[in-house]
Amino acid sequence: MSSIPKEHDYIGLSEAPSMEKISDKLSSSSSTLSTEENINSKSSSTSLNLKETELRLGLPGSQSPERKLTLPAAGVSLFGKDIDTNSTNGYPLGPLKNLVSGVKRGFSDAIVGSSGKWVFSGSNGSDVDLGKGAILFSPRGDNGNSQKSCVAGPAKKDDVAQSPKPVQEKNSQVAAANENSSAPAAKAQVVGWPPIRSFRKNTMASSLVKNNEDVEGKSGYGCLYVKVSMDGAPYLRKVDLKTYNNYLDLSSALEKMFSCFTIGQCGSHGLRGQDGLTESRLKDILHGSEYVLTYEDKDGDWMLVGDVPWDMFTDSCRRLRIMKGSEAIGLAPRAMEKCKNRN
Amino acid sequence: MGPNPKMRKEFFDSTRSSPFPDEVLERVLSLLKSHKDRSAVSLVCKDWYNAESWSRAHVFIGNCYSVSPEIVARRFPRVKSVTLKGKPRFSDFNLVPENWGADVHPWLVVFAAKYPFLEELRLKRMAVSDESLEFLAINFPNFKVLSLLSCDGFSTDGLAAIATHCKNLTQLDIQENGIDDKSGSWLSCFPENFTSLEVLNFANLNTDVNFDALERLVSRCKSLKVLKASKSISLEHLQRLLVCAPQLIELGTGSLMPELTACQYAQLENAFNQLKNLSTLSGLWEASAPYLPLLYPACTNLTFLNLSYAFLQSHELESLLCQCPHLRRLWVLDTVGDKGLEAVGSNCPLLEELRVFPADPFDEEVIHGVTEAGLLAVSYGCRRLHYVLYFCRQMTNAAVATIVQNCPDFTHFRLCIMNPGQPDYLTNKPMDEAFGAVVRTCTKLQRLSVSGLLTDLTFEYIGQYAKNLETLSVAFAGSSDRGMQCMLEGCPKLRKLEIRDCPFGNAALLSGLEKYESMRSLWMSACNVTMNGCRLLAREMPRLNVEVMKDDGSDDSQADKVYVYRSVVGPRRDAPPCVLTLSEVDEASRCDGSPTNQNPSRYELPSWPHAPCRTGLRWAGFSSLRNLFVVNAWEHCVS
Repeated sequence: MSSIPKEHDYIGLSEAPSMEKISDKLSSSSSTLSTEENINSKSSSTSLNLKETELRLGLPGSQSPERKLTLPAAGVSLFGKDIDTNSTNGYPLGPLKNLVSGVKRGFSDAIVGSSGKWVFSGSNGSDVDLGKGAILFSPRGDNGNSQKSCVAGPAKKDDVAQSPKPVQEKNSQVAAANENSSAPAAKAQVVGWPPIRSFRKNTMASSLVKNNEDVEGKSGYGCLYVKVSMDGAPYLRKVDLKTYNNYLDLSSALEKMFSCFTIGQCGSHGLRGQDGLTESRLKDILHGSEYVLTYEDKDGDWMLVGDVPWDMFTDSCRRLRIMKGSEAIGLAPRAMEKCKNRN
Repeated sequence: MGPNPKMRKEFFDSTRSSPFPDEVLERVLSLLKSHKDRSAVSLVCKDWYNAESWSRAHVFIGNCYSVSPEIVARRFPRVKSVTLKGKPRFSDFNLVPENWGADVHPWLVVFAAKYPFLEELRLKRMAVSDESLEFLAINFPNFKVLSLLSCDGFSTDGLAAIATHCKNLTQLDIQENGIDDKSGSWLSCFPENFTSLEVLNFANLNTDVNFDALERLVSRCKSLKVLKASKSISLEHLQRLLVCAPQLIELGTGSLMPELTACQYAQLENAFNQLKNLSTLSGLWEASAPYLPLLYPACTNLTFLNLSYAFLQSHELESLLCQCPHLRRLWVLDTVGDKGLEAVGSNCPLLEELRVFPADPFDEEVIHGVTEAGLLAVSYGCRRLHYVLYFCRQMTNAAVATIVQNCPDFTHFRLCIMNPGQPDYLTNKPMDEAFGAVVRTCTKLQRLSVSGLLTDLTFEYIGQYAKNLETLSVAFAGSSDRGMQCMLEGCPKLRKLEIRDCPFGNAALLSGLEKYESMRSLWMSACNVTMNGCRLLAREMPRLNVEVMKDDGSDDSQADKVYVYRSVVGPRRDAPPCVLTLSEVDEASRCDGSPTNQNPSRYELPSWPHAPCRTGLRWAGFSSLRNLFVVNAWEHCVS
């Protein structure tokens, strides 16, 4: 792996041959590559990268730059990382001047120990889904680097490229939620994607404003959106609590979304038919699981989910957070007290 | 050969004149409605060509730059109805600059001279100004039907002109336009003695109209069949309108939100009860649960329910669907979730078309929406489904394969996995097999939009199996030029190909040289095509118009947006500075690569801003063949 960034002519007649290799790789890639496997395959691919990178860069435009897909084969890495880690393939910085910083890594990169079952997976040689449309283009070999740096520790997230466009700021929540104190993955929109006519876009936008007056979870028009953050995840989710009837529904939905936490245990054992957790249940859960689900209530206190009846919960819940079990230990006493008082 | 070959041979001997008098032939041909049939008929022989030309009352022009209004008028002298489409479809998604063109005015000027008795005009993605609308209103005394879909450049003043002057208007249909909504006073411009209106669709507009004027209008137009109101019309207003017009077949409600008293509620209930003939229901802006039951009595005969602006939950949708046993078309927002779609599968056995729009497409934080499970559920219950438009955030190959197995009759399959380049979320493989299953199973497929992570394999499948495909939309997909090549080499009926953000370059573009003349148009944006590639294309194919738009700040050699279309009138002369029209002559004469929009002296300068037909260049000396070519090219241009 040379450490000299190479300049690639990404404009021009594209060359086909290298592409086949990539598509071969792609179609044969398995679904859950572990991080280690990934690194190996990536390093073997780096030697081929010289040719492979037909840069598919979204060309900067006066509007939001249109993004291009990365070549399948090797997933994605962040510009920031590329610069830092002396990747094989530099990319021409000039034309990227307008690049929006909606950069994403494979989500699984961010979750240590993740099985890669994320909706947006990136660690298996396939193209990474980059959220709402900020597509990251990057020269191949970087994935190896990005994997390494991820495993190594605080992943340096993308904090690059200034975007001319206003980007949704999720900084505070994400920063709070992440153990890696990384810069937030700010997302930018691709022009004209998803393909929805302006009339509909504008109409929806104004209706949504009515529906979600208060981002913190006040009830709008039959919706009760609260943000869900998970430690280690670069993105937040929003759920509408009104669409669930009990903790079981909520936990299975969240489980689907964030596939590795264990509120499911709470739901299936402790709470059905009961009003709240018993002291011993609580202890079991905390020690048994890797992640627990907590919420911030009206008073600003962080509580464990499951200790109050469902209706009371939806009334008082302002925000959800999936945190590491070890961190949640501190919450237990408060919850215990409430339990004791009730029982 | 048929039962009596000798007789057939004589019959079709071109030296014999037709056994029918022209009038009879014209009468027979006038029964043909489909413009494709008519185009085929006109190619049989000169007599049929003439008879068809004289009997054609409705002309459809799929690309306003493929032909000139003079040519149209010369060929079809007795046209009463015109449908005209302008900008490339991606202009709906802001990929085309506003001043791009497709101005309807030059057409109106010619029509005023040649078709003074024009009755109907339907425009899609055209630039329409208030002056044009006024011109239209004043110059066509028999004018009856105006439909504007996805157009821009006009304001409510233009509508006022139409209302004021068109004494015989039967249809005013304003949909999803970029309209400058200044005031609602246009509605009051309909004269008090005006009674002919049958269709009124002003759902596009937001400003308040004078409700009394509207009420009077609706009362006196006894033939009113379609009324689609705007958001400004309240429930109370709606009740008064319905009382005047129980004969409505299509209704677009206004806002369903404001508070009603018990008495008002009862009155409205009554009014809906009277709507026995309703087949289409739409609007329902801000539909709120308490008021949905009002609609139930009117739902018995519904075939089309458009809930795409109503934020409904799954149970609300289910309750509504139970009332609509004959539903064939359903548009919803993804707020109903997979659960709502399960209800669709259970309650709508006759469903043929489903469109699911995203309520909040730009906020990826919102978890709800629909997944593969929803569409799967629909496919199990609605075996007649043949049209789907589905915006979702996750999909799997297996689900799509099952869906098309359940519903093999798809003619339109438009799947939008909203995150570009997203793989099958369970296997992490590309979505190639999904679309492979679609094209293999759905032999009648005419329109396909692909999404998700796709390699060239998808396009191999498409080229191999999609034999009836006419329209194909591709975004963020493919691995190499080969992908596009497969599409161009494989799909014999391909007419419209639109591509964005794919790794297709010049080799891919040029592999379609033989193909583009049989297509209406090709759009490629944010791909790897260069100016040189485009110039080469323009040089090799003089009967194609090759237009390039560049993004600010991009490299000189990049062709950021390319639009290629066949035309019998050469490069257009009304292109704005941001659109470079490449032509073979320009290329030959130019050496420094700078673009020019000047027509070379080889062409006569026409009075109307299109160069005359260039077939003379290629067919010099064969005048009859040239005419035949013109005919053929024309047929293509109007299909």
